[in-house]
Amino acid sequence: MRKNRPWPSGLLLVTGVMLCALLAPILAPHSPTEQVLAEGLTGPSLTHPFGQDRLGRDLLSRTLYGARISFWVATVAVSISLGIGLVVGAAAGHFGGWVDELVMRFVDILQAFPGILLAIAFAAILGPSITNVVIALSLIGWVGYARLTRGQILVVREMEFVTAVRALGGKDLRVILRHLLPNIVGPVLVEASFGFASVIVAEASLSFLGLGTQPPTPSWGAMLDEARQYLLVAPHLTLFPGLAIVVTVMGLNFLGDGLRDLWDPRGG
Amino acid sequence: MGRYLLRRLLLLLPVMWGVSTLVFLLIHLTPGDPVEVMLGEAALPAAREALRQSLRLDRPLPEQYLFFLHGLVTGDLGTSLFSREPVFARLLQALPATAELAVTGLGVALMIAVPLGTVAAVRRGSGLDHGSRFVALLGVSVPNFVLAPLLILAFAIELNWLPVSGRGGLGHLVLPALTLGMAFAGILSRMVRASLLEVLGQDYIRAARAKGLSERRVILRHGLMASVIPVITIVGLQFGALLSGAIITETIFAWPGLGRLTLQAIQARDYPLVQGCVLVISFGYVLVNTATDLLYAYVDPRIRYE
Repeated sequence: MRKNRPWPSGLLLVTGVMLCALLAPILAPHSPTEQVLAEGLTGPSLTHPFGQDRLGRDLLSRTLYGARISFWVATVAVSISLGIGLVVGAAAGHFGGWVDELVMRFVDILQAFPGILLAIAFAAILGPSITNVVIALSLIGWVGYARLTRGQILVVREMEFVTAVRALGGKDLRVILRHLLPNIVGPVLVEASFGFASVIVAEASLSFLGLGTQPPTPSWGAMLDEARQYLLVAPHLTLFPGLAIVVTVMGLNFLGDGLRDLWDPRGG
Repeated sequence: MGRYLLRRLLLLLPVMWGVSTLVFLLIHLTPGDPVEVMLGEAALPAAREALRQSLRLDRPLPEQYLFFLHGLVTGDLGTSLFSREPVFARLLQALPATAELAVTGLGVALMIAVPLGTVAAVRRGSGLDHGSRFVALLGVSVPNFVLAPLLILAFAIELNWLPVSGRGGLGHLVLPALTLGMAFAGILSRMVRASLLEVLGQDYIRAARAKGLSERRVILRHGLMASVIPVITIVGLQFGALLSGAIITETIFAWPGLGRLTLQAIQARDYPLVQGCVLVISFGYVLVNTATDLLYAYVDPRIRYE
């Protein structure tokens, strides 16, 4: 047994950022969209600990509200992906035969595209908005969960208790819902926590490229994009939203590592 | 090996066909009229009709699809709506820049990851191990659009050692390659560590130690060599991630490669160019994945028989 496990700090970081997201309206010292043009690009001060952006908006408030956007997008997109992935993967794994063949070839083709490229293409087609980002990320996200679910189902399906349930006359749907899915929760949960991190990065990437959330919505990616022009005069605009993303993603990765250790102590 | 090779290569065909069809549908079912994008809303109806005909947009979709497949096989991907150059030529122009960046990025990743992962495995459980694992996790957790501005700030603006952007000499390559390589190094070093730990637990390693080989030789010669296989796989599988990372990295550093071209094409709604870019990147991805599988099968003969 190893001490010094990283996952408690991961849990702490993630809980912290989640609280910031939930309590943003209470915690934020200013409105995230209120402009004070005369104070544009001012560095950190007592009243504005993270400084102010080009339009004099309070960067701390914007970063806090940014956490809301990130978590909202990630929660919805991961839930949708997970839902589709579980259903499709379970169907492919359980029924096998042509259903499996059809589903897996489609999955192969979708996985032949680098994920972010497909997300960029979808987002560009659908038009830039936060809803479309969620749709784009869900459309590409389910594939990984489907593959994982199918693989796990193939293993569990052969176990004796499943044969026993079948022999007792268990119907397909009941077998899948009551006996197969509960036995694969672990690996799927691990995958989802890493997935959460990658959706947060993907949303920020799309917004950074101008294909995601639109101004004045405070998204970390969009804030970093805007900050690029002022790197020389106002590096704080890059520093704080960047730090927010790194802390969040790191926490989620710590957490995923920890969950994986719990489920499979050999790994890590 | 011959039969396996042939089977894998033949399997490429349906996947590539599927990829091209999906790209075609994606582009052609997109709401929005390319003719309007090109000519603007004020264009005369006659001019629109002429352009529509020259782009074959007046034909039914199945016919356009056949024409597209024919062009694909003969290397004709149409002309860019804006620069009026053949798409194929534009892609060929951009490809070397991306290849240069990707290979250097991979090199940077390996140079960081192999020592880091080895030290972590050999000194397992020590402060050095925790330190290097933390660095690896940091690498994975810092997105390239956060890392790139920080690198520019430090090395191009404050220290003034390197150029901010563009492609040219070796100096131009350093920051984009570092940006691309860092995240990759994080993933790789974790893999090197895990793989080496497993190998170092094997009996033949104990045998090598027992016959009196120096620890250095045991690790470098017997350990690292054997742990190379899983690392190859990760390198191959992550190459696609490297390519997609190039989209953002190239955009930030104004690097004239495929990634930036793709984004510009998407923003300009230059449909033939978007189609060509997405196709080339996906084909590259599929090819690298297959090459990885083949290499893997070559190094470890057990795999072919599954």
